[in-house]
Amino acid sequence: MSAEVVAELDDLKVWFPVAGGAVRAVDGVSLRIHPGETLGLVGESGSGKSTTGLALLRLVDPTTGRVRVAGQDVTGWSRRRLRGVRRKVAMVFQDPQASLDPRHTVAASVAEPLVVHRLGGDADARRRRVAELLDLVGLRPELGGRHPHELSGGQRQRVGIARALAGEPDLIVLDEPIASLDLSVQAQIMNLLRRLQRELGLTYLFISHDLAAVEHMSDRVAVMYLGRIVETGSPAQLWQQPAHPYTAALLSAIPEADPAVERHRRRIILAGDIPSPVDPPSGCRFRTRCPSARPDCADTDPGLDPVTGDHRAACLYAGEAVREMRATPTP
Amino acid sequence: MSAARDSQARRALSALRHDPPAVAGAVVLLALVVVGTAGRWLAPAGVNDVDVDQMLHPPSWAHPFGTDELGRDVLSRVLVAARVSLEVGVVSVGIALLVGAGIGLVAGYYRGWVDNVLMRGMDVLFAFPVLLLAVAIVAVLGPGLLTAMIAIGVVYTPIFARVTRAGVLSVREQVFVRAAVSIGASDLRIIRRHVLPNIAAPLIVQTSLSLAFAILSEAALSFLGLGIQPPAPAWGRMLFDGRGFVTEAWWLGFFPGAAIFLTVLAFNLVGDALRDVLDPRQLTLGEASRSTT
Repeated sequence: MSAEVVAELDDLKVWFPVAGGAVRAVDGVSLRIHPGETLGLVGESGSGKSTTGLALLRLVDPTTGRVRVAGQDVTGWSRRRLRGVRRKVAMVFQDPQASLDPRHTVAASVAEPLVVHRLGGDADARRRRVAELLDLVGLRPELGGRHPHELSGGQRQRVGIARALAGEPDLIVLDEPIASLDLSVQAQIMNLLRRLQRELGLTYLFISHDLAAVEHMSDRVAVMYLGRIVETGSPAQLWQQPAHPYTAALLSAIPEADPAVERHRRRIILAGDIPSPVDPPSGCRFRTRCPSARPDCADTDPGLDPVTGDHRAACLYAGEAVREMRATPTP
Repeated sequence: MSAARDSQARRALSALRHDPPAVAGAVVLLALVVVGTAGRWLAPAGVNDVDVDQMLHPPSWAHPFGTDELGRDVLSRVLVAARVSLEVGVVSVGIALLVGAGIGLVAGYYRGWVDNVLMRGMDVLFAFPVLLLAVAIVAVLGPGLLTAMIAIGVVYTPIFARVTRAGVLSVREQVFVRAAVSIGASDLRIIRRHVLPNIAAPLIVQTSLSLAFAILSEAALSFLGLGIQPPAPAWGRMLFDGRGFVTEAWWLGFFPGAAIFLTVLAFNLVGDALRDVLDPRQLTLGEASRSTT
């Protein structure tokens, strides 16, 4: 089992204590990431998708639940003990400017995993390896002597990716890696990530709120809402036949490029804001905003049940609710 | 790394050059260092050459700063005393920087109860008036140059602890520190390679400002007879000895007082200029404008 799973979260909960309760940032998430795949994790801000990624790297501590990485249960491990495992899972951060130490050169940042894990041999060999990594992400090795503020946003993110690759990790957590980049640069970085995945056999957890990017990048998608996964499946399954009303609403928000189609596009407008994660609704968490909520949605907390094959949704009326929503004309 | 420091140092230096008060301060400090190291040879007379025929002479060509009640040359004593002031300043601020920055680093990086215990201890030290605390420490350890240095060092430790802790608290929340943790870097490595270089600027500024206050404190301790012991010359001590003759021999107090004034002013000018140049926010602004051009 551990052979086909790179990383696994089992009923993960991350609660942050606040006055009068706890923010349930992640509230019962289970997922498995298989070798060579890209699992897209999508949701609006506050849905807990970034916290899920951080918990996978043990950068935040789980309140309950288990975290397994590279076949080992690392849940209770101390920071010191985790250091060996850190090589196996790397992270690319949303803001490349903030994630690079302003006082370090590009080469020093990329070399840090090599130094920390004593890889790449002596200083000379390490320099060659850094040049190789920079080349791999499409940067001229001469840029190694520069500082982050002397680079463009896209170049900085390439440095962040080179650093993530340095330790030859099994899994790279990509936390909104394109969100802070210009549109034209976003495409370049996504293509770079896909090429690297092909060439190096990498596994990605791709965290994003950008639905088009997630569809483009992912083999499987998990949709998060208020600390829970509400639907998983292939992009084709989700985009063509969403079974959860929330997924359907998210997807209906994507504009169409063709004006003729766009004019007749049926949008599902959700009422209100995402509820407070301190005090989530009883039963189904989405019921307060769901256009087809029924009385028993307040009593039963739906599990992530199969719709067809590996397409799963956490909705008591999976499929039915979406058909009903689409039948109702938009106001 | 070293390139970063170089370019930042170059930028700081070029900015300082266009700041006349800072240049004046730097010139005075440079002169002070020369006098401090070579004062013994620059002095026209020995510091303890007593000449009973020359008691309390006003400034003249033979004695530009006059003579004291024992006929000693005031200029020579002021020049030689510069060394004491510099030594006390450097050693005591060195103690405060090492101990204070160490405490601030540990408190800010690990937080929790360690932070509470250390910083409450610093608050207790901070609560005392500077001079009262220094006098109390000297009273316990006995008067002398070394105990004065230790006392002044202890008195200025809380400032360095606070400045360091504040810097560490903001740097440790930066994404690049989280990135270093995710790579598997040890605490020691993160502190050495990421935290310290990023809080160096405020520490440099605090050091230059504290040097001024340390010299002032030494003068005050010597004035109270708790610093360097006679007949060795120290500016504060000379001020103290001159106070009895303030109406008939103003030069006894005036010249050592002026020396203290100039030194403190010079350190303050340079410290203020460094603060302007090294202010992290200004640095980011400068870097931002550089990256967009």
